[in-house]
Amino acid sequence: MIDDPTSVVTVSLTIDGQAVEVPEGTSIHKACESASIDTPTLCWAENLTPVNVCRVCVVEVEGQRALVPSCARPAEEGMVVETDSERVKHSRKMVLEFLGSGVDLDQAPELQKWMDHYGSDTSRYDQYELPALRMGEAPKIQDNLYIRDYDRCVLCYKCVEACGDDAQHTYAIAVSGRGFDARISTEFDVTLPDSACVYCGNCIGVCPTGAIQFKTEYDLRQEDDWRPEDQDVTRTVCSYCGVGCNLELHTQDDKIVKVTSPADHSVTSGMLCIKGRFGWQYVQPVDTPTRKA
Amino acid sequence: MADLYISEETADDFEMAAVDATLDGRHVVVRESERLIRAGTSARHGHRHLLLPALHALQNAKGWISPGGLNYVCETLQVPPAEAYGVATFYDLFRVEEPAQAGDVTHVCVDAACQIAGAADRIAELKAQGVNVHESPCLGQCERANDATGEVAVFVQGVGGPDSVAADDTPYELFHQMGDESLRLLKRIGVVDPTSLDSYRAHGGYESLTAAIEMGAEAVCTAVADSGLSGRGGAAFPTGIKWRAVAAEQGRPKHVVANCDESEPGTFKDRVVMENDPFAVIEALTIAGFATGAENGWIYIRGEYPLATARLQSAIDQALEAGLLGDDAAGSGHRFHIEIRRGAGAYICGEETALFASLEGFRGEPRSKPPFPTTHGLFQEPTAINNPETLLNVLDIVPIGADGYRSRGTERSPGTKLLCLSGRVAKPGIYEVEFGTTLGEVLELAGGLTGSGELNAVLMGGAAGSFVDRSYLDMPITLEDARERGTTLGSGVVMAFTDEIDLVDVLVRISQFFRDESCGQCVPCRVGCVRQNETMVVLQEKGSLTSERRQLVDDIAQVMVDASICGFGHTATNAINSAIKLGLVPGVPS
Amino acid sequence: MGGGTSSYLEVEKTDVVLLWGSNAREAHPIYFHHVLKGLDNGARMFAVDPRRTSSAKFADAWLGLNVGTDVAMANAIGREIIAADLHNKDFIAHSAQGFEDYKAHVEPYTLEYTEAITGVPAEAIREVAHAYASADKAQILWTLGITEHHNGVDNVKSLCNLALLTGHVGRWGSGLVPLRGQNNVQGGGDMGALPNKFPGFQDITNPDHRAKFETAYGMELNPNNGKHLTLMLEAMEHGEIKAAYCIGENPADSEAAAGHSRALLEGLDILVVQDIFMTATAQLADVVLPSSVGWAECDGTVTSSERRVQRVRAAVTPPGECRHDHEIIGELAKRMGVDSWGDPTPQELWDELRSLSPLHAGMSYERLEAEGGLQWPCPSEDHPGSPFLHGWLWEDDLGGRAPSPFSITEHEGPKEQLTEQFPLRLTTGRSLDSYNTGVQSGGFESPIRSGDELDMNPGDAAVLGIADGERVLVSSPRGSVEMGVRVQPDIPAGLTFTTFHFPDLVDINRLTNDEWDRDSGTAEFKAAAIRVEKLLA
Ligand SMILES: Cc1cc2nc3c(=O)[nH]c(=O)nc-3n(C[C@H](O)[C@H](O)[C@H](O)COP(=O)(O)O)c2cc1C
Ligand code: SF4
Ligand code: SF4
Ligand code: SF4
Ligand code: FES
Ligand code: FES
Repeated sequence: MIDDPTSVVTVSLTIDGQAVEVPEGTSIHKACESASIDTPTLCWAENLTPVNVCRVCVVEVEGQRALVPSCARPAEEGMVVETDSERVKHSRKMVLEFLGSGVDLDQAPELQKWMDHYGSDTSRYDQYELPALRMGEAPKIQDNLYIRDYDRCVLCYKCVEACGDDAQHTYAIAVSGRGFDARISTEFDVTLPDSACVYCGNCIGVCPTGAIQFKTEYDLRQEDDWRPEDQDVTRTVCSYCGVGCNLELHTQDDKIVKVTSPADHSVTSGMLCIKGRFGWQYVQPVDTPTRKA
Repeated sequence: MADLYISEETADDFEMAAVDATLDGRHVVVRESERLIRAGTSARHGHRHLLLPALHALQNAKGWISPGGLNYVCETLQVPPAEAYGVATFYDLFRVEEPAQAGDVTHVCVDAACQIAGAADRIAELKAQGVNVHESPCLGQCERANDATGEVAVFVQGVGGPDSVAADDTPYELFHQMGDESLRLLKRIGVVDPTSLDSYRAHGGYESLTAAIEMGAEAVCTAVADSGLSGRGGAAFPTGIKWRAVAAEQGRPKHVVANCDESEPGTFKDRVVMENDPFAVIEALTIAGFATGAENGWIYIRGEYPLATARLQSAIDQALEAGLLGDDAAGSGHRFHIEIRRGAGAYICGEETALFASLEGFRGEPRSKPPFPTTHGLFQEPTAINNPETLLNVLDIVPIGADGYRSRGTERSPGTKLLCLSGRVAKPGIYEVEFGTTLGEVLELAGGLTGSGELNAVLMGGAAGSFVDRSYLDMPITLEDARERGTTLGSGVVMAFTDEIDLVDVLVRISQFFRDESCGQCVPCRVGCVRQNETMVVLQEKGSLTSERRQLVDDIAQVMVDASICGFGHTATNAINSAIKLGLVPGVPS
Repeated sequence: MGGGTSSYLEVEKTDVVLLWGSNAREAHPIYFHHVLKGLDNGARMFAVDPRRTSSAKFADAWLGLNVGTDVAMANAIGREIIAADLHNKDFIAHSAQGFEDYKAHVEPYTLEYTEAITGVPAEAIREVAHAYASADKAQILWTLGITEHHNGVDNVKSLCNLALLTGHVGRWGSGLVPLRGQNNVQGGGDMGALPNKFPGFQDITNPDHRAKFETAYGMELNPNNGKHLTLMLEAMEHGEIKAAYCIGENPADSEAAAGHSRALLEGLDILVVQDIFMTATAQLADVVLPSSVGWAECDGTVTSSERRVQRVRAAVTPPGECRHDHEIIGELAKRMGVDSWGDPTPQELWDELRSLSPLHAGMSYERLEAEGGLQWPCPSEDHPGSPFLHGWLWEDDLGGRAPSPFSITEHEGPKEQLTEQFPLRLTTGRSLDSYNTGVQSGGFESPIRSGDELDMNPGDAAVLGIADGERVLVSSPRGSVEMGVRVQPDIPAGLTFTTFHFPDLVDINRLTNDEWDRDSGTAEFKAAAIRVEKLLA
């Protein structure tokens, strides 16, 4: 950053017995990363303000009664952090298990990996006559651009942040209801085309579980033809206005199937508008020497 | 937050009038002329706190918040409709669908004290009469629950008219210590006229504020710190430390908040004080403002307390009139104003950071600490937030000094404590006892047990507290003894259960309470509360738990205690786990 | 050297934003995210625009000036800054010239006088002047609302004067930010797609520059400036231009007074169109050369509004016979008898450009990749690129340059005056989900697209007895179209507005004015005089 003074104050802490030095203000999570310690995260993202609600990233800090969310808590001088204590492992296992017991995590491979790692067993909530309560939502397909399948929603608040304060400032969606009844919703649950939504797709870009996804992806998945292993991602620049937003074109079989933007790029911070997100459709090959106008 | 999309539904005249009366011209967008319109980010932020009052106005006007009504509020305050809807649906007292049955809503308490007094029967009865009944968590009138008469707590939510509670037209008769010379905090209950400043002054009112002004702010903070006073809202944090931290903040607006949300099941002490001695709360809050240098006083009171709200508002008006509040409050040279905000049915809004969020016009979701309220409280500004009982103690400390105050109670728990006795005791009600009195003595004070059964358990500190058994009758009521014996005083709840009562039913209800009241923000609590409740329902149905389910109880409790964001999740498994650990739950190994 | 002086991140930390003639919320949505961060960080924003656009709704105050009165407004702000003694005297003395003339020139633009011209309350003009001048950091942002006037260049100069007056230029966080309408308008200029420039903004008429390019290309180059589009159309009219080779432009739809330009294109001896679409212009062509989509089917670079050069890359194969632009041009050159070009790759072409344009010299493909693009000037491989321009204004020796001159700009008002016959003002703009003439954005189904409608003030509509949604006849001195009306409280009396994304449905450019700016060749899209009539039943 140009305006930041170059003299950086650092703090020293211990993580799992390892001495770590990081710039002041660095989160414990980032400090772990710098010490090559992998931490699961769910509600945290590079380009969003931490809300620290999922609690999957918790660590044990000496002298603190409760575990602390590593994504949001800044590292402090002299902190002693444990990322693999019994308490930490238990909490991470349980948080993932809780989520898996109520939400469809099929399309969240990263979470699946961590669930295996911590030995989460979501089946143990269903062993009794009383089935465990689930989100129980049917997919909302209200237009041809993207779908919302809240049966996959872990209420990480990311879409709300991207739609609201952290980027888009459109506030088409918010959390409604309370407790287990909380849902991501428009006002009075009106359909997206009837809401404030401007189809920037920034909610899609940040959703970690596939609860919000491109219609193109949804359709391919319905046909059982979504093949991430056969996909390429090409970085380019949007063809519309002069802002110069970076696009990542995801292609499968020489066709664009979805568009994202890099979260760490200074122009977009991962965010796009409707034209960048969905405006590529004119490029798709058609069987004429020129494209249809 | 500005190029708002508002749908086509419009408010009717009645809704608009109600909102206009509440907002009183405080609009975000100001059209100065056809070519000059003012609005902007700071204007929007500055008006957001009016959302909750505006939603109350809509709810009261029509009995629900209609799309057109919400649009009108959103346009006026420039709040995105999806966010406003998110706020409205957070609270129990707001409805976002047109109710099937029009008219007033009768909220009947189903929490423990009322549950064991026959709430279910009462509800069935009222429904049979065609009354529009809504089952409610604890209404803070637990002393009214009476097994013998079948009376349970009721709150009537008005539509197009005022709300009401039972005490509205009867003088308060459930105070059993009237005339007791040793009373410090409750000495005016039943003695002063709660609607008259003159009466309050005639009974020593406002002498403490005068004394405080004479001492100076710093000396007041010192006296409070030296007195050893700790918070009575549940967390028992030293009040002096909090006040000094806020007093030390300079250069930003500061706030003092009276946390009158009182929704912990079994708790009603703040209500009794507010209804019967409202000027004391106002005077004490004024001292807090003076001592911390805060100009803004706020009272956040739960929505189900219409009488207390009216009495406090009248007290504020009279105090303002008399110059005891205002730009030069009581001649102190210090500017101090108080505003009342009503909650709308959400236990979590008693948690201090959730309270700030709620007051600011957002969903009542707790915020991560640190940062703490003393630096980043209401509107992210320095804030001292206290329970009214805590504040009452200050009225006592100022005139008699820290040493005088410490003449009662124990070294580590100086002073007296308000206790809320309910359940199967002969004289349920509010009691002021000196710290150190034993639990057994306290139960005696309330006339001992009623009914035919033996004492089985006592719920200490409310639903977020814990059960104790008969072996605790010798426990002195002090913070240190409670801690040492693995229980808590919490908000002062002492609810007695005899062995006639099926404790499992009570545990199911407690787990249902937490399931209903979790804000839902963090995973451990949002899901954990549901899974805990499911486990209790299985227990209720089957009479026992498998060893896997038994293990689940512990696993759930541990992650909730370890990894939840706020005190709600940290304490939501306490009652159930304590009951199991004490072997009070048949069919579940301890 | 044309380009925004500041980078996007700077607006996040600025204190005052003047958003002037720009609806960035819809036309430049991701740039506006940076503005929103600035507002959330406490910046104040004033929107100067005839319409209270969706962007203006975020402003602390919206100043709804009459169309075409921007120079008067800017001069009044300048005058007030001087009158209130808020101008930056040290900066002016050191870095600017012509201040006394400027001061004398703006003297008549008193607040009251300007209120009469612009329609904006004097008090608001004063407030903007004081806020802008007293801010620590301040930026002026504009788009086509400033430039698409017959005097667009004067408009820009009058805003530059304000920055010079206050020193809000050449420093991090302060600056002048014109937002480019299309993804590579800036890049086109960079690459010399201007009638008077070689790549890197080097003058064609400068013999040294010309010599450099002649040596590199191994041939003699035309020493005269070419014509911009508006002049080309004029030349077609006079029979001076008889053939045209049109690459990636759709003048048959997009030019003001489109009916007229269509006739001119049809009258050419030969029209060659190279495009990715069969556009309206392509349909008039004698030869159509189908090309690949630059950003998704071909490698290369584009330059953004913050002068950031970034890579585009091929992700999918072009359909059918479509070929890359550089290949088509190379093939044409071969057929014309130039065979020294070979078959250069995009990277080789870029490296040649770097060897000729000092602005771009340091921008290797490797660096563009690794650093997420670079902002020019970037004269050498060890140069970090330039987040903001004109830092020399603050250097002791001005980097060896002459102090920057104030410009003298006079209020003229729109060329096309309102008359009894054409009493309403029409101005045009973009909507969020559509783009220019709709050729690209027509490719997807937007659930929020509403079509081109005429926004009218409720009072004006009532006088004409027109209801919301009613179809009407809209006429200007150049033609008429039928379209729907949207009654809009946000639009001031006397003004109408429409987008221009659906030429097949509503051919707005039949109405707009082809009066163009002397310096830039931009036509006055923003200010036509029209009449609205009810359709006969
Ligand atoms: C779930 C929850 C509910 C709470 N409800 C209340 C309440 O109703 N009243 C109250 O004074 N404190 C309540 N508290 C405690 C407050 O967070 C805070 O500690 C208290 O207002 C501070 O005041 P004190 O120091 O005077 O006790 C609650 C805490 C939690 C976690
Ligand atoms: S597409 Fe954009 S505007 Fe619509 S809900 Fe998602 S983030 Fe919000
Ligand atoms: S929809 Fe996706 S991004 Fe939004 S809260 Fe649910 S899981 Fe998170
Ligand atoms: S612990 Fe429960 S109440 Fe507290 S923040 Fe988490 S979900 Fe909300
Ligand atoms: S990732 Fe840290 S709490 Fe969710
Ligand atoms: S009022 Fe019923 S339990 Fe408190």
